[in-house]
Amino acid sequence: MLDAFALVLRREMQIALRRKGDVLNVLVFFIVVGSLFPLGVGPEPNQLRAMAAGVAWLGALLAAVLSLPRLFAADHADGTLEQMLVSPQPLGVIVLAKVAGHWLLTGLPLTLAAPIIGLQYGLPLDALGLLIASLLIGTPVLSLLGVAGAALTLGVRGGGALLALLILPLFVPVLVFGAGAVTASLTGINPGAHLSLLGAFLAVSSFVGPWAACAALRVALD
Amino acid sequence: MTFPLFQFAAPQAFFPIAGKMIPWFSILAGALALAGLYVGFFVAPTDATQGEAYRIIFIHVPAAWMSMFLYLVMAGWAAVGLALNTRLSGMMASAIAPTGALFTFIALWTGALWGRPTWGAYWVWDARLTSELVLLFLYLGFIALKSAISDPTRADRAGAILALVGVVNVPIIYFSVQWWNTLHQGASVSLTRAPSMATTMLWGMLLMALAAWMYSIATALARVRHIILERERDAEWVRLQREGLRAAA
Repeated sequence: MLDAFALVLRREMQIALRRKGDVLNVLVFFIVVGSLFPLGVGPEPNQLRAMAAGVAWLGALLAAVLSLPRLFAADHADGTLEQMLVSPQPLGVIVLAKVAGHWLLTGLPLTLAAPIIGLQYGLPLDALGLLIASLLIGTPVLSLLGVAGAALTLGVRGGGALLALLILPLFVPVLVFGAGAVTASLTGINPGAHLSLLGAFLAVSSFVGPWAACAALRVALD
Repeated sequence: MTFPLFQFAAPQAFFPIAGKMIPWFSILAGALALAGLYVGFFVAPTDATQGEAYRIIFIHVPAAWMSMFLYLVMAGWAAVGLALNTRLSGMMASAIAPTGALFTFIALWTGALWGRPTWGAYWVWDARLTSELVLLFLYLGFIALKSAISDPTRADRAGAILALVGVVNVPIIYFSVQWWNTLHQGASVSLTRAPSMATTMLWGMLLMALAAWMYSIATALARVRHIILERERDAEWVRLQREGLRAAA
């Protein structure tokens, strides 16, 4: 089982390395979105500092949604996905490897790039650390729930927009508590509770997301 | 399957009995709504702090209750459909979704109309309002996903999975008041303590809630009959029914 996990994960990484553009595009999108917000709302430093966490988190949400349709599309088109379904390895393990791959290729880079947005918006250092911590706990939730959305909309008319409609409402608690942690620390409140709740969402979604994704994949390739 | 209720899991058996039930639930819905509106607008006293504007709760609160309850019912049908592989369950879930979305919209709309004179704003970013809005998005997503998949069996199953994932959100809505504890007033009606409102107000609200309940059943049954006819249009019994109607005309 671990072998299957490692194998699928390594395959995801190899494909990504050979098509670096896909990964980089998402990262650039994230930074561009972050850089455009001040142009829309004005350069007032206090306002920007208050917005920073929300903008970074929204950017991460949109970047995740943008990258999700590709998660299964290529494997679906060339028949690999069908082979994965009929393979003797449990589908859940394969889906979890896909989730891990998606996080390593989007969630982790976004987390590492978030300080750029934080500095652009003048976040103090401890808030910057919290932004990274909240993204580190929260972005895996995006991958775990997102994989279910990607599986549900696989091969469906208007997949991309539909995926956003299905999955963005489910991201609301992550957004609230992820950005809330940073805002809380800016206003002098202990952000521990926010991070704990994020951790709770991570625990719940690590069960719900792959379960729903497996069920949806079986429906899609029925 | 000796339990007689399972007979009606077949769309063919459910179709006529749904048709017989619709008038009863419609009449009940109309009568209860008339009684509830009468109590709400003519009998219930004026609120000491909110004046006459509070009377919108006779529509707002039942709609909000139904919006959450219908999502649970819908997810329940979805779960039954996934577990037992019954066709009618998926059709019921599809039939309930638009009514649920309607009540969610009514709850948000009346809430905005009540918020303007009471809070001074049509919309505030309070936790319960936001979760109700998210509930509307969940309904819309469910309807959109179902309509995007042309194969009905696949649409039912995909919708069922989505509904079950989304149902996690309904308790978050309910407990959000305690969690975030912001502007929205706490629940006025509770099972464990005496309600903090006049008895006539409570009666008006309960009558309206029952009316909304009966209305939901009637519309869901009417809608499920259309879905049954649409999906079984090539079945023998639908053909016979059509010919019977033609002969009668």
